[in-house]
Amino acid sequence: MAKANVATRDNPTSGNRLANASVSIESAPPASRISFRATPKGAKDFGKTLDLDLPVKPGQSTSKSTLSALWIGPDEWLIIDTKNPIDKLMPRRENANFCATDISHRNVAFIVSGNGAENTLCASCPRDLSLSAFPVGSASRTIFGKAEVVLLRTGKTSFRLECWRSFSPYVWDLLVDGAHDAHI
Amino acid sequence: MLVIHCPYCQADRPELEFANAGEAHIVRPDNMAEMTDAEFEKMFFVRQNPKGVNLERWRHIHGCGRFFNAIRHTVSDKFLKVYKAGESRPSDAEIAELMK
Ligand SMILES: [Zn+2]
Repeated sequence: MAKANVATRDNPTSGNRLANASVSIESAPPASRISFRATPKGAKDFGKTLDLDLPVKPGQSTSKSTLSALWIGPDEWLIIDTKNPIDKLMPRRENANFCATDISHRNVAFIVSGNGAENTLCASCPRDLSLSAFPVGSASRTIFGKAEVVLLRTGKTSFRLECWRSFSPYVWDLLVDGAHDAHI
Repeated sequence: MLVIHCPYCQADRPELEFANAGEAHIVRPDNMAEMTDAEFEKMFFVRQNPKGVNLERWRHIHGCGRFFNAIRHTVSDKFLKVYKAGESRPSDAEIAELMK
């Protein structure tokens, strides 16, 4: 019997990396991701299942080990786990008072780090990303050039930038430009 | 660039994250089938488009995703007030106070 053709999902910027004296950018390995929509009660319940409280304050995130929960909107969170498979994260459907969607393959991420990380991102993002306005742990959906992205500040000089997979070559090109400018 | 305060994010955000969504406080009729063409036209198409204070819907589309309402002066582009969707329309007296 003929073998079935199975489409494999590919990250168009997989393996991309760049480093200069100010900043390093690398394409992040695949991760599990959930777009989670719920009432405050639903979010609390899911937090118990995950053993990680979802953030309730605008613009914040919580994290534990490889798992992070990002506040996106008043009833919307982005859950990212860089190690565990999606089956381990997805909430059970019984008594569901939420909407959880596996978007692991919709997004890809870049890790931007170094003293020039902030300036590299600011080259294409209108947000104030200074440490006082966007402290460590801050998370936000925003705009990067013309592409919608989610930014998470993981450290004083390190960020995780999530974008839609098909936008990633465009976002990468902007990051390369930004890294160049940040280094001058 | 304009900086717009989002009542859901409770923070100032750059205008590039937002989209204007037309005039606010337009009540959708519950008897649409019985309306005359003229009534429907008025409800559906005709907007005040004032030169001055305008009550508008905005959406923080590249942020928290929420719709909210804003009072904006269309000449100066100044945002006089933002408030959450579903909150009642500020009174004319309150708007006059904001204009001062
Ligand atoms: Zn917002």
